[in-house]
Amino acid sequence: MCVTSIEVITAMRARTFKRHIREGLKNTWRNSWMTLASVGAVTTTLILVGAFLVLLLNINHIAENLEEDVEIKVLVDLTANEAETASVGDELERLDNVKSVTFSTREEELERLMSGLGDEGDIFGLQDQENPLNDAYIIKLDDPTQTVAMAQEIESFDHVEDVNYGEDFVQNLFDFNAYARNIGLVLIVALLFTAIFLISNTIKITIFARRKEIEIMQLVGATKWFIRWPFFVEGMLLGVLGSVIPISLLIGGYYYLDQNMSVVQQFDFITLLPFSPFVWQVSGVIILIGVVIGIWGSVMSVRKFLKV
Amino acid sequence: MIKMKDIRKTYPNGVQALNGITIDIDLGEFVYLVGQSGAGKSTFIKIIFGDEKATSGDVQVAGHDVVNMKRKEIPYLRRDIGVVFQDFKLLPTMTVYENVAFALEVVEETPKNIRKRVMEVLDQVGLKNKARFIPDELSGGEQQRVAIARAIANYPKLLIADEPTGNLDPDTSWEIMKILEEINAAGTTIIMATHSKEIVNTIKRRVIAIEGGMIVRDQHRGDYGYES
Repeated sequence: MCVTSIEVITAMRARTFKRHIREGLKNTWRNSWMTLASVGAVTTTLILVGAFLVLLLNINHIAENLEEDVEIKVLVDLTANEAETASVGDELERLDNVKSVTFSTREEELERLMSGLGDEGDIFGLQDQENPLNDAYIIKLDDPTQTVAMAQEIESFDHVEDVNYGEDFVQNLFDFNAYARNIGLVLIVALLFTAIFLISNTIKITIFARRKEIEIMQLVGATKWFIRWPFFVEGMLLGVLGSVIPISLLIGGYYYLDQNMSVVQQFDFITLLPFSPFVWQVSGVIILIGVVIGIWGSVMSVRKFLKV
Repeated sequence: MIKMKDIRKTYPNGVQALNGITIDIDLGEFVYLVGQSGAGKSTFIKIIFGDEKATSGDVQVAGHDVVNMKRKEIPYLRRDIGVVFQDFKLLPTMTVYENVAFALEVVEETPKNIRKRVMEVLDQVGLKNKARFIPDELSGGEQQRVAIARAIANYPKLLIADEPTGNLDPDTSWEIMKILEEINAAGTTIIMATHSKEIVNTIKRRVIAIEGGMIVRDQHRGDYGYES
């Protein structure tokens, strides 16, 4: 007896749930012009958000790659003896934020320079003269953004002649990176708010057209959630429909970029994030944003009419 | 059925619509509510079905404590009350059948019971053969009958009719009255606000007259009492 009544209640809920989905779909179809307007607003926003996400994440990716490559070269005094040279190495090891310290003898430095110059290196006949280069430590940092400060600190060590780290390049890179991230975030947040505003306004108009229906539902004893659900479904649907075009553009566009960027291999430091899983992740984010703002917009609009 | 004790209602704009109404209406009664426009009839009705909240006093309707009721309990009060208005309040995009079924879907009735009950009440108001029509294809009297069918679909103990014949011609009004009488004969309490002297004076029932937010007359088998 008890079991059957529970079964009846569960069955009812499932049926009611189906009814809400059916109503939501029907309403979306019935108000096809408003649906089109809402979907248009969501689509525009999501295209922009998607483009910004792709741009930002890739800039971030490139910047991280470049940061990886940033290293500080510490030149040891030519006059330093072996023990003094080793002590510089120990001191560097003891520093916080140092990921790795590699020692490179002046001979190795020369060889590297020579191989960098290629055949032309021979012309200078450097190997016949006395080696003018210093012993060097090459260090990498855990947090490359601290490069400038670290370099200045290391410069004051004993037996350190000079510190090289590509000053201007490094500083510009970090500045640009931070800039791009901040501007991008501000833009995305602004766009999201615009979208929510547009959607809630559009759904408000849809609901306004149906205020009589809501009034009658309340009159015959519909609970608030019973009234809310179809609009909830509708908002969700608008979000999903609005993300179809942005996701298609994203997949197509990124595929094209991915294919063509590999041709420009001379900029080997500019590598895009790989197509998969990046595109699927961004697609997921886009559809999620679409659904969330769709639901948010519709729920906010229904509230007013329900006099909560 | 309805027990009101010293009900007062002051609207936020300062208008005192009801100034201490005390009344008992028993199960199965048929009550006319008369009084000029602005006398407080509508507020009286709205308080009964939870559309307005009384400022002070006590109201019991079909076992619900209406004054101290939480908002989320209002739907359950309304399921015990059928409401009919002057302007029918039908959904123009839905068929007659769907308009009535709507009231049953809302209370999550099973599809089988909905089908059965909708045809039952449509038969009761004589519109069984117009189930597939939309409201615009019906006359005013027929539209009001659909609204009545919707109002009684949930077997309410109380039917409130706010000037149900206000938009209808005399012949049609008598048809509506006949249906309301049948519903009342089957045991449903009816409260009907009206301006129709002919109806009140012909079908004699309890008359409650409201003036200036107070009951000025409560008479069994009473007259309309105003020059209309």
